[in-house]
Amino acid sequence: MSRVGTAGERHAALTRGRAPGTLTRRESRVAWVMLLPVLIVVLGAVGYPLLRTLYLSFTDARLMAFTQAPPWVGLSNYAQALQSPAFQAATGRTALFVVASVGLEVLLGVLAALLLNQRFYGRALARALLIVPLALPTVVNAIMWRWIYNPEYGALNALLTQWHLLPEYRSWLGDPGSAMTMLIVADVWKNFPLVAIVALSALQLMDRALYEAADIDGAGAWTRFWRITWPGILPVLSVAIVLRTIEAVKVFDLVFVMTRGGPADSTKTLSLLVFEQGFGFLRSGVGAAYAYLVVAISAVLIALYLTLLRRQAAP
Amino acid sequence: MRFPPHAPARRRLEGVAVHLLALLLALVILTPVVWLLISSVSSTADLTSLPLRWWPGTPDLSRYAALLSVAPGSPGAAFLLALRNSLLVALGATGLSLLVAIPAAYSFSRLPGRRAGLLYAVLATYMLPPVALVLPLYAVLARAGLLNSVYGLALVYCTILAPFATWLLKTNFDAVPLEIEESAQIDGLSRWGVLGRVTLPLALPGLSTAAVWAVLLAWDEFFYALLFTSTTSAKTLPVAIADFAAGRAVDYGLICAAGVVAALPPILIGFLLQRGLLSGLSAGAVKG
Repeated sequence: MSRVGTAGERHAALTRGRAPGTLTRRESRVAWVMLLPVLIVVLGAVGYPLLRTLYLSFTDARLMAFTQAPPWVGLSNYAQALQSPAFQAATGRTALFVVASVGLEVLLGVLAALLLNQRFYGRALARALLIVPLALPTVVNAIMWRWIYNPEYGALNALLTQWHLLPEYRSWLGDPGSAMTMLIVADVWKNFPLVAIVALSALQLMDRALYEAADIDGAGAWTRFWRITWPGILPVLSVAIVLRTIEAVKVFDLVFVMTRGGPADSTKTLSLLVFEQGFGFLRSGVGAAYAYLVVAISAVLIALYLTLLRRQAAP
Repeated sequence: MRFPPHAPARRRLEGVAVHLLALLLALVILTPVVWLLISSVSSTADLTSLPLRWWPGTPDLSRYAALLSVAPGSPGAAFLLALRNSLLVALGATGLSLLVAIPAAYSFSRLPGRRAGLLYAVLATYMLPPVALVLPLYAVLARAGLLNSVYGLALVYCTILAPFATWLLKTNFDAVPLEIEESAQIDGLSRWGVLGRVTLPLALPGLSTAAVWAVLLAWDEFFYALLFTSTTSAKTLPVAIADFAAGRAVDYGLICAAGVVAALPPILIGFLLQRGLLSGLSAGAVKG
């Protein structure tokens, strides 16, 4: 394109003392043209639906009657949502799921990373195994655990009774008292390797000299972990933790395939509730208000995530 | 491993403990998957025997045969169509997303101006809960006649894959040495020329990592696929498998076999591309 001018002039143009970050007008134009396709996708396929959902949340829209303008109801959907015991219960369940799943994933992930950072035979293979749960599609993970928990023929029942740890077969997912726990186990199994991989990569970057100094000072393993290892991996780990939290708040596939929110709504998380309002009961307006409350929760987490990422990028 | 002369017993004990714990970790990871695999080749009689038989009397491969049968109305026909749909959607969405993400990532990496905020805004869109977008997307797809279509689904997946690929590629382009690009520019290449002939070839490993991650994300997606597809002509594998599992007459072995087939490509890809994929993960922006 820019074949005008001699090589020397072009070189001068390229290296002219500009402050970093400022572009010539031509470069700025190229920059925007290059951004255009992604901006069209983001504005059109994310921005528009996001605004449209916001609008719907102030109306009494029904899914089957999308063509007429729906009647405006102001904030009543939000008032209804916030006062609804179903919404409050779903928020509580989602919070429980998020805290328990992410908490256990961090615990197991860090422990696995510490283990995989030791020397032992077959270490490379053990590290590679972390890929298996991660790569397993979420729906396959859900049917796999559903089959393991099966009340009549499940492997969990068979194992526990054959080892005499359980007197008789139980309906793990059919019992409101245990269903959520079983979902959390399935989620933790699939996702703790992510935390392990991120923690392991941080461990491998740790400065050995710190540990040698701690050894000379006679610090025990516990002190070494809390004074050196944990602060060292925390910056990288926190990004993974927030990312997992964002994902856990959205949980849908796992619950939908394993329990559909049952039994007795004991596993009905926010996404399930929104899905049911919007598509099951075809009440789009209320569903949209629910969805926006989920967006509000997610937005806080996403902002936290981006702040952490920026802080990582800064130094 | 060399044990120092002092406290050799303690060191050896630690070594044993580490090996035992590693074995435990491997068991925790492998047991559920191995059970899925065993179940897929056990006869229904074996699977429903009490007490449970952990190892099939004779391996029963009939489920895999059934999944490959094309007789109309059979589970195999639905499964093969879903496999095709999943491939089409994943590859189509990935191709389209890379097409828009490559120039954007280059722009963010090399011509940043003061657009860091915009980059983070793009990244944020990929993390939004899909429940916030699904109703309007449904209406738009319905109006465009793209409901229950692999093309419609591929377009919708771009909302996830394009921002994600932009971010991943931007970190990859950042790693390409600036000097090489500058000399190419001095030789008269335009920005597009630099991108196509210099940066992209140099960032090829990163590009393939981003492509593989995008395919895996699309392969795994369930929520949009569940809502936007209704017949076998467009249903993807996750939806078809969920259908199998929700059916009335449940053949546990068949569900497990379908699960194994759906899980095999991503797990194989994961093993083959381990290093690249994991460094992508550690870059900190990848969904689990």
